[in-house]
Amino acid sequence: MNIHEYQAKELLKGYGVAVLEGHVAWTPDEAAAAAAKLPGPVYVVKSQIHAGGRGAGRFADDPNGKGGVRLARSADEVRAAAEAMIGHTLVTKQTGPAGRRVNRVYVEAGCDIARELYLSLLVDRATSRVTIMASTEGGMEIEEVAEHHPEKILRVAIDPAAGIWPFHARKLAYALGLSGKQVGSFGKFVTAMYNAFLALDCAIVEINPLVVTGAGEIVALDAKVSFDDNALYRHPDIEKLRDEAEEDPKELEAAKYSLNYVALDGQIGCMVNGAGLAMATMDIIKLYGSSPANFLDVGGGATKERVTAAFKIILSDPNVEGILVNIFGGIMRCDVIAEGVVAAAREVSLSVPLVVRLEGTNVALGKEIMAKSGLPIISADNLADAAEKVVKAVKEAA
Amino acid sequence: MAVLVDANTTVICQGFTGAQGTFHSEQAIAYGTKMVGGVTPGKGGSTHLGLPVYDTVAQAVAAGPVSASAIYVPPAFAADAILEAIDSEIALIVCITEGIPVLDMIKVKRALSGSRSRLIGPNCPGVITPDACKIGIMPGHIHRRGKIGIVSRSGTLTYEAVAQTTAAGLGQSSCVGIGGDPVKGTDFIEVLEMFLADPETEAVIMIGEIGGQSEIDAAEFLATNKVKKPTVGFIAGATAPPGRRMGHAGAVISGGKDTAAAKFEAMRIAGIHVAESPAALGSTMVKALRG
Repeated sequence: MNIHEYQAKELLKGYGVAVLEGHVAWTPDEAAAAAAKLPGPVYVVKSQIHAGGRGAGRFADDPNGKGGVRLARSADEVRAAAEAMIGHTLVTKQTGPAGRRVNRVYVEAGCDIARELYLSLLVDRATSRVTIMASTEGGMEIEEVAEHHPEKILRVAIDPAAGIWPFHARKLAYALGLSGKQVGSFGKFVTAMYNAFLALDCAIVEINPLVVTGAGEIVALDAKVSFDDNALYRHPDIEKLRDEAEEDPKELEAAKYSLNYVALDGQIGCMVNGAGLAMATMDIIKLYGSSPANFLDVGGGATKERVTAAFKIILSDPNVEGILVNIFGGIMRCDVIAEGVVAAAREVSLSVPLVVRLEGTNVALGKEIMAKSGLPIISADNLADAAEKVVKAVKEAA
Repeated sequence: MAVLVDANTTVICQGFTGAQGTFHSEQAIAYGTKMVGGVTPGKGGSTHLGLPVYDTVAQAVAAGPVSASAIYVPPAFAADAILEAIDSEIALIVCITEGIPVLDMIKVKRALSGSRSRLIGPNCPGVITPDACKIGIMPGHIHRRGKIGIVSRSGTLTYEAVAQTTAAGLGQSSCVGIGGDPVKGTDFIEVLEMFLADPETEAVIMIGEIGGQSEIDAAEFLATNKVKKPTVGFIAGATAPPGRRMGHAGAVISGGKDTAAAKFEAMRIAGIHVAESPAALGSTMVKALRG
């Protein structure tokens, strides 16, 4: 789960991470009022969406105008900037061409920037530890730094038993070329970040850029925090920060039924049990010349209701021209899947070809339920057969 | 002999009296697994499925030799259950539970180092040696005892490999689902080492996913290892968009070495027979064995 920059900064501030003073605003008037509370004379107005690249991004209705992050020198300029952002769609490298509607802005105090660095914390699967990554290349996309200058990325892995110690921060600080007072300030910053990461069950915390001010202070200019979904049950306060406007409505609906759904842009809707098999089903659809409309894992313990919900979500996508149900029942019983598919197909009066491949526990019973339903369900014997049949059926129906 | 489990493996179940623990323990007993009891705190002293229930793993171990534990407790309590099994020095811990917080698993992983336990999973189908011992949620009837070792990050895709090798008449020596989480007990290389050392395993199928680079490390291991066995490989997720989490917490591509293309390439360089399609795992193995 992701949150907005201003929410991330507020959370991190609670753990002692240095951030600039700022206020969120939902209207241009609120933005001007927020500026009045800040010392000035420079303010920064930042569009709040769950995507990076906001500064270089452009608004859909003003492609030659300024970006999603703007400098202002008075409350009136802050109001004008907010007016150009709120209610408008911002297109950045990470939003895709559709962009995201900006519903709120963050008005922040300006900052005297001496240097821009990069800092992030994440779980490194290779070491199975929380790892701190830092780089002198602040403000750039870290993926690009990794590709062109991997030697410029510093890594420190933290032993979960020993925890973080001052030397971890010193090691990074001196390698980043910090000196004097900056080293202590950086140590405080990194330790606070690590404590926040553990306390909040984060998946990734990224500060890019991390700024060294003219006075030698270390402060977060931007902040991106995402949480481990598996740990949200122990953080009800964080769950409240979820911005549903930033999420795909089909994915939100799927989450209500504990279905794992990701919208894609192809034609063939997929319903599969197991994440690996679901991805492999998407891959084989591509091999047979079409493309998947979604990833959908119904999981191991799916009930008839969940299968019906899954089916409806797939069909709510207007791009879907055919559906492939691929179930290899281990815990998942094929008869339960068959009942759900039949019930859903009846309820939504299915208008696209449906291919079903069932295998595993209670397979004969499942096939019988579908055959007796009188619905035009195309049965497949194996994975290749299923992919071939659904691609062919979609072509013929077109 | 196969790997990890055989007909002599004695197994307890943690989360024994819960719905999942009950269902899968019943299935395991029916398959012939030597289940010797189970653990559910607060229900010690009772009997479930004809087997003794204990309050703690330590009590179960004191009652008789236990070589493995199958864990079916809910995600919020799973790390605690694994740590309890490690504390009782259970040699093989198989954790099926999906959805354990990753910071919990980081602590578990640290506790495993230097311990007497090996953890398989979490978020995995488990381990099976056909006709001998089944620990996990895989459908037993699709397996045949044979010569192919299967190691996979994905559950149902493992069943696909099993069904295809059974249909091809090859059968399986053992199948190990290492699980889809980013922090897990056992990774590809460790299972590959076991298969390469196992005389019953003549060839190996390894199934990976996008995300992380353990498949690349495994390919490099196979390329440089002295013992060679024909190996077939597949990576799921070639069509997955970057930056999106595809169900498994581990299946996120973030660019670079963790894409399907990069992993397929590393497999080819290592001399692994790459299955172009997930439907061709069995046929690719038949070809690989013909040389």
